[in-house]
Amino acid sequence: MTPFFDMDARFERQSLSLQTDARHLAIRGRSGIGKSRLLRIVAGLLDATGRLRVGTRIFFDEDTRLPPNARRAALVPQDAVLFPHLDVRGNLGFARGVETSAIEDVAAWLELTDLLARAPRHLSGGEKQRVALGRALLSQPELLLLDEPFTALDRPLRARLAKELHERCAAKGIATLVVSHDDAGTPHLTGEVYTLDERGLQRATEDPVD
Amino acid sequence: MSASVWAAVWLSVKVAAWCTVLATPVAVPLGYLLARKRFVGRSALALLLFVPLVLPPVVTGFMLLSVFRPEGLLGALGVPFTFAACVVASFVVSLPLYTLAVRQTFEAVDPKYEEVARTLGESPMRAFWRVTLPLALPGVLAGATLSFARALGEFGATAVLAGNVEGETRTIALAVYTLMETPGGDTDARSLVLASLLVCGAAVLGYEWLRRRHRARLELPG
Repeated sequence: MTPFFDMDARFERQSLSLQTDARHLAIRGRSGIGKSRLLRIVAGLLDATGRLRVGTRIFFDEDTRLPPNARRAALVPQDAVLFPHLDVRGNLGFARGVETSAIEDVAAWLELTDLLARAPRHLSGGEKQRVALGRALLSQPELLLLDEPFTALDRPLRARLAKELHERCAAKGIATLVVSHDDAGTPHLTGEVYTLDERGLQRATEDPVD
Repeated sequence: MSASVWAAVWLSVKVAAWCTVLATPVAVPLGYLLARKRFVGRSALALLLFVPLVLPPVVTGFMLLSVFRPEGLLGALGVPFTFAACVVASFVVSLPLYTLAVRQTFEAVDPKYEEVARTLGESPMRAFWRVTLPLALPGVLAGATLSFARALGEFGATAVLAGNVEGETRTIALAVYTLMETPGGDTDARSLVLASLLVCGAAVLGYEWLRRRHRARLELPG
């Protein structure tokens, strides 16, 4: 059996190798080390050499390159990147085939129900992050790419959402790849932890306390 | 105001409108390509676009006439000295302005929006239609307004390619020029100057309003 995540890639001098059957990965590293870049490579927004396979699908190898829209790997950027011309509802329902009931369910979960008609520029940082998370989740991805997803949330909400996000993803069979800063920690996301430094990815010696 | 004054104003507006409508499907894709894509001949294309912008319009008109004259490459179309000639001359002169405005507009739209749309399952084409174009729309409309205003004032290239046929190719600029050479034409000339000031003023105000909307939509200052 080949592992679920099978990456043997290289970007500039950084080796990005990872083989594991875990479906929930957390990657830590100091800022500027290339964590966001790693997510962009997985999403298909940036080309790296080598190969990457997730589950049964080859994202890229020597001969092929799956376009971002065929990867079903939804990105939740650190700065949310909400579509400024759409309100919260429009952002949540951006992906094709999203049903109204699904929008309302996710909005209730993320405490966004009262904000559905609001424009992104009138949201706080934490609200933007939650909309970006809901938008990605509603696009029915197979892999969720999260870039420091809860940094702008206050602690109690962060703890609750991280736990429930994990449950939702597990229930729908969505794999997750979370990157975060060293200090931020990822205590509420179960899964394997890796560190990213100049040389590349290493399995962290200590797993997070859940 | 005499009938010929109204004929000139109406003709100018018609020419500028046709010119803008026809230039849009050229300026929008071209401006997008120049803003976002790297391809062979990109610099050459960008430079070529500048040519009608810096050439004296009379020279542009002369070059157009050599293509469209009966013995020319496109002589079979019978363009010179018709309404179509006015549109062609204005089109060539205002297209660079339009395209450059559109290019700047697309350059101001951060590619990150397109990228996120791609990871949410949208093809490049759909990401363009659903994200990039709506975000750029006020800027594109501002470019169209600018192009309209430029076409409205076109003189040199029009005079050479379209001539000065009353009711057919005599636009505001040509009518003013004709009236200045006509004894007693001052009154009508003044009406025309006023009319073009009004129309161009409205176009420039519209441009500024759209430009601000574009900046606001992208959450940029000023």
